[in-house]
Amino acid sequence: MGFSHTLGGTTYRFVDLRTLLAKATPLRSGDVLAGLAAQDAAERVAARMALADLPLRHFLNEAVIPYESDEVTQLIVDQHDGHAFAPIASLTVGAFREWLLSDATDATMLTAVSPGLTPEMVAAVCKIMRLQDLVTVAAKCEVITRFRCTIGLKGTMSTRLQPNHPLDDPKGVAASILDGLMYGVGDATIGINPASDDVDTMMRLLDMIETLRLASHAPIQSCVLAHVTTALKAIERRAPVDLVFQSLAGTEAANRGFGITLTLLDEALSAAESLGRCPTGGNVMYFETGQGSELSSDGHCGVDQQTLEARCYAVARRYRPLLVNTVVGFIGPEYLYDGKQILRAGLEDHFCGKLLGLPMGCDVCYTNHAEADQDDMDALLTLLGVAGCTYIMGVPGADDIMLNYQSTSFHDALYVRKVLGKRAAPEFEAWLAATGISDAKGELQFEPARLMPALPLLEAE
Amino acid sequence: MMSGADDKTLATSSADEWTWLSRFTEARIALGRCGPGLPTSAHLAFQAAHAEARDAVLKPFDAAQFAAEVAARGWPALAVHSRAADRATYLQRPDAGRLLSPASEALLSEPRAPADIVLVVADGLSSRAVQVNALPVLDALMPLLAATGRRLSPVIVASQGRVALADHVGELFGASASIILIGERPGLSAADSLGLYLTWMPRRGRVDSERNCISNVRHGGLAPADAARQASDLIARMFQHQAAGVGLARLPQLPPPEEP
Repeated sequence: MGFSHTLGGTTYRFVDLRTLLAKATPLRSGDVLAGLAAQDAAERVAARMALADLPLRHFLNEAVIPYESDEVTQLIVDQHDGHAFAPIASLTVGAFREWLLSDATDATMLTAVSPGLTPEMVAAVCKIMRLQDLVTVAAKCEVITRFRCTIGLKGTMSTRLQPNHPLDDPKGVAASILDGLMYGVGDATIGINPASDDVDTMMRLLDMIETLRLASHAPIQSCVLAHVTTALKAIERRAPVDLVFQSLAGTEAANRGFGITLTLLDEALSAAESLGRCPTGGNVMYFETGQGSELSSDGHCGVDQQTLEARCYAVARRYRPLLVNTVVGFIGPEYLYDGKQILRAGLEDHFCGKLLGLPMGCDVCYTNHAEADQDDMDALLTLLGVAGCTYIMGVPGADDIMLNYQSTSFHDALYVRKVLGKRAAPEFEAWLAATGISDAKGELQFEPARLMPALPLLEAE
Repeated sequence: MMSGADDKTLATSSADEWTWLSRFTEARIALGRCGPGLPTSAHLAFQAAHAEARDAVLKPFDAAQFAAEVAARGWPALAVHSRAADRATYLQRPDAGRLLSPASEALLSEPRAPADIVLVVADGLSSRAVQVNALPVLDALMPLLAATGRRLSPVIVASQGRVALADHVGELFGASASIILIGERPGLSAADSLGLYLTWMPRRGRVDSERNCISNVRHGGLAPADAARQASDLIARMFQHQAAGVGLARLPQLPPPEEP
């Protein structure tokens, strides 16, 4: 079967659902590179019109990647909740957009319907929405997760402190952590990308943060973003692992490129829970995603990058993660060419993640070979703040000296909290006030004496 | 009357009084602030670093001029172009940067002396890295390679080239090994980093795990002479083991072959 739509006297035909989705998606370099993009603007809008007329039920009957050959498709089909789907079962994609935007549809209804949504339904409606639609609906969603801090409460915006160092030097990392804490950053997690992915490095960094946590009584959760197999080794050695991290893709083939299967992630979740560091009912996983990763590992299976990104979230939600973020501009201009493409992709990913029930954050970022700069990041950061983004990154001076790209800074976090009246997680805010890093009203004090409890971290061995 | 710039009472930015932490990291910490913003000097310093990186990516590479400089040292050189016609195409179509343009393919397909090792210099993501660091590497590398007695190709100087362009070049020469000197993606702290990638049996379709890489060649990073020595050692091992990439890295270091 197939789909068609006539526009301006021309009839456009789309052979199957994955083709229809790819042709309807907003222009981006990665889909052009993959040979999946619409030929011109008219074909793109014709595809959107055909998509808008498609009943949501159709998505339950046609997979974009065959069930038999892909465990992500199997997960999507097997986890689908028909009961949750019932209230929207009669809608088309176009009517679903209107239902989402309707004032009558509130956070409770969105949460209830979420298990009935497949990522392809969410990707489809996303493709026919403007930025303001993506912001409006995401801002209604409420997703709350817990470890030592409660993340995602209305009126809050959390931050991951990202204190990377090219040599994984614990003192270099500690210096950036202290700078960030003085700026009130780090309530989502203190998350370090290690330059070397090995268990000794991971344990050295975790031990350093654990020392800081116990000395300062900070309600922080730490993460070293090594491969999940490295984290499993560290857990075996009883390292103080709070969050287990993994990068995810939206196809089984691309996940194989990341060296993971769902079975391995299942094992990681139970290993992390076995440490008993997280309060009962809390969340112990941390995932990162980003449009284009499937194409970059030759595992895209003919599906456009935004639909594949939404499929990552179906994988993520199985593990009830504390945090998920898209690393939106990291992958480079062959996938997201410029500030315009990065801006839209960041808001799409945030919207799709939230609708699928995830605590969605965003690494608002770019590389030096992308057509983007700080102004583009300010625009995306501000829009994400309005959309109720769960958390952003905090990198010293926005310049990650290990990964060589630009993200958001401690100052950026301060900016978005100030202009939008956002606050940190309540436990973290209380700790900032108790230590004197902020005053009772939450104003940061920038008083260097507050660093004193952490000084042993920087003394010679 | 005093100008605003000199009037300390109007100064509104505050320093962070923990600048001593900066001795532990190159990260941009203790920048100070004015409200939630950066002090003007830190704000513009960031723009200056980004401007250098952007210019390194976007400034066109004059392959013909560079080939002439190589030839002036007595080494044959040929300028070629990838299938990416311009920078915008290059940035969005890595596949085009991995292949020679039809004209360049024809040029390299003309009858030539066979080569054991092909040498390629390409702009990659930083023409500046090539302008600053490629000749110093070649100055150290060419004598080391010449001393092995293996046959070298002319130095192929490529515009809009990706790493895998050396596979296409190596295939046309029927070479056993390739070395490509290429501009790395600029960071804010260094916009002139050169990388060297070495491949055994360079043929179209090779993947990154089949290559060895020497990275961060620049002033303040790996010295060009050291990079040349490492490349020459790797070439010796590649010919010894008939392999490169992850496969070569896993092999034990053998004692160097006997001097003749």
